[in-house]
Amino acid sequence: MSADPTQVLAFETDCHIFNGCGFPAPGLHSFLFKPLWGDGDSNLYFNKTMLLALLGSIVIVGFFWVAFRKPKVVPGKFQMVGEAAYDFVRRGIVYETIGKREGEKYVPFMVSLFFFVWMMNLWSIIPVAQFPVTAIISYPLVLAVIVWFTWIILTFKRHGFVGFFKNVTGYDPTIGPVLPLSMSIEFFSNILVRPFTHAVRLFANMFAGHTLLLLFTLASWYLLNGIGIAYAGVSFVMVLLMTAFELFIQAVQAYVFVLLACSYVQGALAEHH
Amino acid sequence: MNPLVQIAAESENPLFPPIPELVIGLIAFVIVFGFLGKKLLPNINKVLEERREAIEGGIEKAEAAQTEAQSVLEQYKAQLAEARHEAARLRQEAHEQGATLIAEMRAEGQRQREEIVAAGHAQIEADRKAAASALRQDVGKLATELAGKLVGESLEDHARQSRVIDRFLDELEEKAEAAR
Repeated sequence: MSADPTQVLAFETDCHIFNGCGFPAPGLHSFLFKPLWGDGDSNLYFNKTMLLALLGSIVIVGFFWVAFRKPKVVPGKFQMVGEAAYDFVRRGIVYETIGKREGEKYVPFMVSLFFFVWMMNLWSIIPVAQFPVTAIISYPLVLAVIVWFTWIILTFKRHGFVGFFKNVTGYDPTIGPVLPLSMSIEFFSNILVRPFTHAVRLFANMFAGHTLLLLFTLASWYLLNGIGIAYAGVSFVMVLLMTAFELFIQAVQAYVFVLLACSYVQGALAEHH
Repeated sequence: MNPLVQIAAESENPLFPPIPELVIGLIAFVIVFGFLGKKLLPNINKVLEERREAIEGGIEKAEAAQTEAQSVLEQYKAQLAEARHEAARLRQEAHEQGATLIAEMRAEGQRQREEIVAAGHAQIEADRKAAASALRQDVGKLATELAGKLVGESLEDHARQSRVIDRFLDELEEKAEAAR
């Protein structure tokens, strides 16, 4: 992740300030990975983010497997933690937005979604991995599209074709002549913009967070020469602060992603007038 | 040219989603959702339900035990009251029986005493009468004998003899009455 996109880590180079070497600023290239397997030119390859995505799945399934494989009425340590995590999403997000009666059916999906997103975000600060998988648009997008389809199908099922149309366009004849305008905006907003914003909100947060971490990490190394050492110290403190901040943002973004998914499902189930 | 630079040039836009990552993302999520949704979360739901029932069952049991304890306590109290009542009744009965017994004994004693006294009186009376009649005969005979000896002849006439004796005795008794 240096200026030269040959995937060398910053401290593997000897690039420091006052050495006649420019700052290896992070950029879009920081989010591109050389395939671990296959050919980057074709669509048949396997890279670091894919590895992390699959590993993350295994970590989540592994944790819940240990916690919930043979659950007991009197829980063990892992089960206790698992139950607390499960209950957080179930009560704290799903019941709060969709309600207990209707929401129960969507609890497994929302729980999976929350821990999937959170794990993918967490990779950002896990040593060696140190890359948020969700900073690649494909991952948030695929999740947003799943939620979007769920929402569309539910709306159809609940309201029928006409009801779906009214629901999506926010049909309300009482608002008068601006109705066509309002309907087209609502349609555009709900059908096209919604999955995009849902995905991009998560992606952009993780992208920006990773860029900030990279910036301060690279700067700490780059400034480590002569008088620059003092600045390197400041930069390193920023690395630590940003890491803590990222830890917080990762959880918040996972929460927001699932909260939005729940509110979409709730909108599909609600009666529309 | 480095292929990565090419990729960077082609997909300069980070919002352009690479297809293989989409596929892997989908697969990764399906793995998580599959395991959690099909097996692990139903597992824990069952246990949470069991736990809820166990807690509610425990409360019910405790309530039942309390009710039973209450009823046993009431039963015990009732028995205690009954026993006290019974004891009081028995004591009263014994008291009454004792009083009756004492009264009976007293009456019996009284009766026996009276009987003894009466028997004594009758005995004395009989003895006195026997003594009086024996004395009367003896005195008559002695007096007759004495008179015969004094007069020198036997008074043949028994009837006259008797009359004289009786008159003499009556005089004696009169004197005794007067002397008393």
